[in-house]
Amino acid sequence: MTKHTSRRDFLKTAAAGASAAMLPLPAIAQGAPGRVVVVGGGFGGATCARFIKRIDPRIAVTLVEANATFTACPFSNGVIAGLRDLKDQQFGYDKLSSDQVVLNLSPATAVDAQGRSVTLGNGARLPYDRLVLSPGIDIRWDGLPGYTEQAAERMPHAWKAGEQTLLLRRQLEAMADGGTVAISAPANPFRCPPGPYERASLIAYYLKTKKPKSKLIILDAKDAFSKQGLFRNAWKELYPNLEWVSLSTGGKVTSVDVGEMTLVTDFGRHKADVANVIPPQKAGRVAELAGVADRSGWCPIDPVTFESKLQPNIHVVGDASIAGAMPKSAFSANAQAKVCAAAVAKLVAGGKPDEPKLINTCYSLVAPDYGISVAGVYRPADGQIKEVEGSGGVSPANAPSSARAAEATFANGWFKTITDEVFG
Amino acid sequence: MNALRIVTAAALLFALAPAARAAGPADAPSGAMSCSGCHPAAQKVDTTVPRLVGRNPADIAAAMLAFKSGQLPSTVMDRIAKGFSEDEIKAIAAWYGAQKN
Repeated sequence: MTKHTSRRDFLKTAAAGASAAMLPLPAIAQGAPGRVVVVGGGFGGATCARFIKRIDPRIAVTLVEANATFTACPFSNGVIAGLRDLKDQQFGYDKLSSDQVVLNLSPATAVDAQGRSVTLGNGARLPYDRLVLSPGIDIRWDGLPGYTEQAAERMPHAWKAGEQTLLLRRQLEAMADGGTVAISAPANPFRCPPGPYERASLIAYYLKTKKPKSKLIILDAKDAFSKQGLFRNAWKELYPNLEWVSLSTGGKVTSVDVGEMTLVTDFGRHKADVANVIPPQKAGRVAELAGVADRSGWCPIDPVTFESKLQPNIHVVGDASIAGAMPKSAFSANAQAKVCAAAVAKLVAGGKPDEPKLINTCYSLVAPDYGISVAGVYRPADGQIKEVEGSGGVSPANAPSSARAAEATFANGWFKTITDEVFG
Repeated sequence: MNALRIVTAAALLFALAPAARAAGPADAPSGAMSCSGCHPAAQKVDTTVPRLVGRNPADIAAAMLAFKSGQLPSTVMDRIAKGFSEDEIKAIAAWYGAQKN
């Protein structure tokens, strides 16, 4: 016991030393801890808001979010395949008050980057010293001829979880055995690189178990995709009725004909009973409002602070950011948000942010008890976020089924852990 | 044994970067905050992934170094451990160990 006390004493001394060292910083000396506004309450924004408060409780943090309930995309492919309920994907923001984050449930309608304020749909005008945007993605409604918001009611994208997820599930449930499901996968970059292939796998699992005469075709605008070898080997073993058509074999969907329930490529027309169009995407709308998206539609950022390269005092994390080698994933958004929170707290106090390292791990389920993963470790280099050489990679090709089952278990554990950190 | 562990932990805390000396999120060494995406901070989370908070830093570091070298088999930790130097691993381990369980 004495030994433990001495360790605690040591820590106390160390902590006291650290606070003393922080005193001369100008903002703190003046008693002006700063105001931070975070827009977007997903894995990036909600994490960032909470961690800024945990790092420096004196900073006033407001989280701006349009919806009272967040619906998570990771694991939503399981909802589509009838393996989970949508409510298992849904989280509220009531626990954020435990970190003294102020919540304002209204959409951001304008950002004044020069005057440093955000205006909301409810009329509130929020001044900030630093603004963090985590707006996720928006669909490029001009990106695929024929694919309009009305078309998405017949051919769901289900790439923002919620009603679209349930719509696709209902269509699969209503389809007769022997039907054809078509998935259109977009060119890079897009949210959740392995997502279309996990979705194809779990829909194929549903068809195999419930409607075995049906088939599934993936029409792809790419020749290569995340965890490709692992997915294709698993498909060969588990889902003989799943066909993948690559870009070079005519897979790119160039338009959709909703009336005919047909996906059109340069090589032919694919009529489907259920069509899931995963369309081209861009940073969420508030990125455009703030002037932080470039011509690509995504947001260039500094790899140390996640501050926009286009507008000072505005940071962008998550899917909307151009984060170099890091994929657009919930894990990445959460990891980036914590790094950004530390940087913002330092900057508000007049300090210099540390060089970060970041991790990403993305699990995909090929079947309920068959998980595979891709992982990476990242750091800033040459003005970008680059993967640390020799780190990362995908699950081994020839792993035993026990390893696949273990990864499926870890995938479930990850979802519980991350959603607890962000919303719990 | 316990005394040795504490001496080792204290030595680690002194020897490593200043960021590793305290246990709050403000003091997290490079890379440490990413870990809690999978390794839960809260005791209530039901997962097979072990918690790092409050563990002996020497044990965390030893496991990470064994994942890195391939001595200890794993599903994903080998790929992650390879992205960190021994000093970084020890700093992360010390930071998690210093947090209250």
